Amino acid sequence: MKVLSPPNPATQQTITLRGRSLTKTYHTGAVDVHALRGVDISLYEGELVVLLGPSGSGKSTLLNILGGLDTPSSGEVSFRDLDVTSGDESLLTRYRRDHVGFVFQFYNLIPSLTARENVALVTEIAIDPMAPAEALSLVGLGERLDHFPAQLSGGEQQRVAIARAIAKRPDILLCDEPTGALDSHTGILVLEAIERVNRELGTTTAVITHNTVIGNMADRVLHFGDGQVINSVSNTSRQPARELSW
Amino acid sequence: MRALNLKLLRNLWKLRGQVLAIAVVIASGVAVLVMSLSAQQALQDTAAAYYERQRFAEVFSNVKRAPLRLVERISTIPGVRSVEARIKQFATLSIEGFEEPVIGHLVSIPEQGEPRLNRLVMRSGRLVAPGHPDEAVLSEPFAEAHDLQPGDQFQALMNGNQRTLTVVGIALSPEFIYAIGPGALTPDDMRYGIIWLGQEAMAAAYDLDGAFNDLSLGLLHDTNPEQVIERLDRLLERYGSQGAIARKDQISNWFLMNEIEQLKNMSTILPTIFLAVAAFLSNMVLSRLIATDRSEIGLMKAFGYSNWQVGWHYTKLVMAMASVGILLGWLLGAWLGRVNTELYAEFFRFPLLIFRPDAGVFAIGAIVSLIAALAGSLGSVRHAATLPPAEAMLPPAPPMFRKTALSKSRAGHWLDQPTRIILRQIFRSPIRALLTSLGIALSVAVMVMALQWIDSIEKIVQVYFHDAQRQSMTVGLVETQSDTVLNEFRRMPGVLAAEPMRAVSADFLVGHRSHRGAIEGVLPNPHLQRVYDAGGEVLQVPPDGLIFSTRLASKLGVGIGDTVRVEVLQDRRPKREIPVVDLFETYMGTPAYMHIQALNRLMDQRPSLEAVNLLVDKHQLSSLYQRLKSLPKVSAVVLKDAAVKEFNDTMAETIMIYITFFAAFACALGFGVVYNSTRIALSERGRELATLRVLGFHRGEISYILLGEAALLILVGLPLGCFVGHGLGWVMTSAMDSELYRIPLVIKAATDATAVLVTLGATAISAAVVRRRLDHLDLIAVLKTRE
Repeated sequence: MKVLSPPNPATQQTITLRGRSLTKTYHTGAVDVHALRGVDISLYEGELVVLLGPSGSGKSTLLNILGGLDTPSSGEVSFRDLDVTSGDESLLTRYRRDHVGFVFQFYNLIPSLTARENVALVTEIAIDPMAPAEALSLVGLGERLDHFPAQLSGGEQQRVAIARAIAKRPDILLCDEPTGALDSHTGILVLEAIERVNRELGTTTAVITHNTVIGNMADRVLHFGDGQVINSVSNTSRQPARELSW
Repeated sequence: MRALNLKLLRNLWKLRGQVLAIAVVIASGVAVLVMSLSAQQALQDTAAAYYERQRFAEVFSNVKRAPLRLVERISTIPGVRSVEARIKQFATLSIEGFEEPVIGHLVSIPEQGEPRLNRLVMRSGRLVAPGHPDEAVLSEPFAEAHDLQPGDQFQALMNGNQRTLTVVGIALSPEFIYAIGPGALTPDDMRYGIIWLGQEAMAAAYDLDGAFNDLSLGLLHDTNPEQVIERLDRLLERYGSQGAIARKDQISNWFLMNEIEQLKNMSTILPTIFLAVAAFLSNMVLSRLIATDRSEIGLMKAFGYSNWQVGWHYTKLVMAMASVGILLGWLLGAWLGRVNTELYAEFFRFPLLIFRPDAGVFAIGAIVSLIAALAGSLGSVRHAATLPPAEAMLPPAPPMFRKTALSKSRAGHWLDQPTRIILRQIFRSPIRALLTSLGIALSVAVMVMALQWIDSIEKIVQVYFHDAQRQSMTVGLVETQSDTVLNEFRRMPGVLAAEPMRAVSADFLVGHRSHRGAIEGVLPNPHLQRVYDAGGEVLQVPPDGLIFSTRLASKLGVGIGDTVRVEVLQDRRPKREIPVVDLFETYMGTPAYMHIQALNRLMDQRPSLEAVNLLVDKHQLSSLYQRLKSLPKVSAVVLKDAAVKEFNDTMAETIMIYITFFAAFACALGFGVVYNSTRIALSERGRELATLRVLGFHRGEISYILLGEAALLILVGLPLGCFVGHGLGWVMTSAMDSELYRIPLVIKAATDATAVLVTLGATAISAAVVRRRLDHLDLIAVLKTRE
């Protein structure tokens, strides 16, 4: 059952991350590409949001801006009381380091480090991390700690990436097409891992996908099109990831 | 233009930084090759033309006194084209404004017409006129040193008579390109000069009417000088000949040819180093390019391009990269060759200069570098050509890594992940890492090799001038004199000590080996000119037997206890078997020493001497100089301090140019290697580094991973470079080894340190360039692309 936003203020009051009037224009040669045309978005503490939309609709650009990988052309992003858009490169790095976890379509693991070491890469610079082994068992990889990326399947590699993203106990987990390169069976294993992190750690999570089915596991689904949020739908109940199929 | 060629050009443009870095290394190799070969050729051509034009003689001999009628008989020796009989003498000169005694080497010239051989190149003024015995022509460097011009006058003590000579001309001669006075190591134009006087004037002054004491021969084409020398020696023996020499042993020519020979060394060792590194660099760049071009290679093949076409495509890329380097190297080499030749020409005062680098020189440079670059890239090109299309279009399998022994160890436990990345990266491609370190090492080594000369020369000066010689000056006498003359010297103002020295020309024969040299007679325990072993030991001279320099001993193949046949070439020409009783090492010449009394006995002469070593009180130098100037029959006055200064100046002039060249090349090498290896690491691992940035690593932290790897390889390369540098230094000093001198291999710690610092500087610059790129890493673009 689906209900139109706004979400119920009684259950989700605290805004973790907020973007206001975000625009992003890329100047490529003679043409200006408007990737974002004034997006307002709030992510509430502990919620799992799925951003749906066709490719080129601007959802990745939004995620990159929210995660401090990119800066908007106008508008502002605030994380709790921190104005993310006001800072320089070093502040953005600090922000990513302390508060944000990223998961990408291509896993971006460091090939020269084992699963455990890939996670340790982050825990070594984090303030209050969990042990790498703990993060890996959270995504169901407790048995494959000492394998190198080349020795892991795609789904396993993606779960290492998730473990790496959540090991520092981030406030926000941003996933860009986490299942894009995986078959549905493996994809569901990955989504389960994300779901579990969201539920057990209470990490505010945003997942980008063009797979509408994945929307069913979210608290809220934002539909994206042409650089804008077209609508926002709240699910009254979340469907467990293992029950999804496509 | 064909699409594939367009792709080639765009690839080149995209890789321009790396192409340039390789080009610089190739260019350095080609430049050194072209420079040394063209300078060598130019010097050879110039010297040959100079010799030819001025009819430089091919055989030289001197006698005590021989009648001029002998000339006719000499000219009938088969192979002799022309004969020039001259008179040569030494005179002590007094030149206004110069306190020290100056030795003039007087050489006669015909008073009418040009000499048949060894003609002068007039720089100003004219030759001497008949009937004007006091007219003199001066060699240009000497005239310039004293600022003497036609019309100026100076005093010469000729055969005991003080004469006033008038300068009428300034000239150059192929015979005295390198004018070294007796007992000196380097030219000293202030204290030694060539002076040409009329034949009759000289004959009158030295009582040599109708006689000569010096002979030059011009030979017919294809004549073996040795055969002529043999006949000539037989003819001149009874006139006091000490044996004729061929042009190759004539001192000025010997130095000139030695200089040219050294350029040959440079043209082999250095280009080899540079081109080997260039081969490695082109291999590195190309294998990376082929890895990135993988799917395109698959596509090209899917479209129907053959393996051969794909291979040729990448071969062209390598050739284009090499061509940039070759072109740069040609330009640089031709320019440096010209500059180098001009410097030499100035140093040798060639009146003409032929710089016509042969196209062959450039072709050699190009072919050698092309081969090096192609050889380096052969493996990568073959890999590209044989890659099956279907496989090529798949993404490459993720690179395999292994845990190293270190990370499994207890110490490895404490490594942070970035350091682990660095170590695994190195151990994953150990050969590439090793070659990178080796490239850096070679940069250090080239620098060590260049700087080492300073240390070696310092050592030579220390041993030769300071440890062995305690005298302030050496005075050479024209003829053998009774040792009573010693008392005369001891009475001179300021003389604190005087020791006699003998020098007797002799042939040393052992089996079929022989050496023409001299026996120097010294006191058993001399305080001034000591028999000093370079190892630091002062040898006692035993009452009998020969003390050989190690170089002479090895030339004759003898050791302590062996007997050498000595055939003296002067006076009564005694021949005797004499044992070698001790050996010592020296850097200069091939001396042989003997107890002075033993030498007197051998010569069957009363105590005699040919030279006096003096220790003098520096405050009384002026009066001593005055006294020396009035002394007849002096052939040489060698002042130690002046000799050291001249030696250092001459060395500084040539060595500093050489070191500057090499420092520049060494920097190019270090820069090229580090730039390429870090650039490639960046392109291979940009994704990894961008990921780390996304994960919250700061710029400095990711720089640590990329540059830390380079730093580690540099760290390995630096000591390795010092090690290789010592080896190269050894090769270079061994290549310079000659009978005239040996360069000791001395490398001070400071030299190693300087080389290391220079290389560190060059690598730091290239690291900074790459670091700038690292700061502009496009995080999003990198993450969006497939691995």
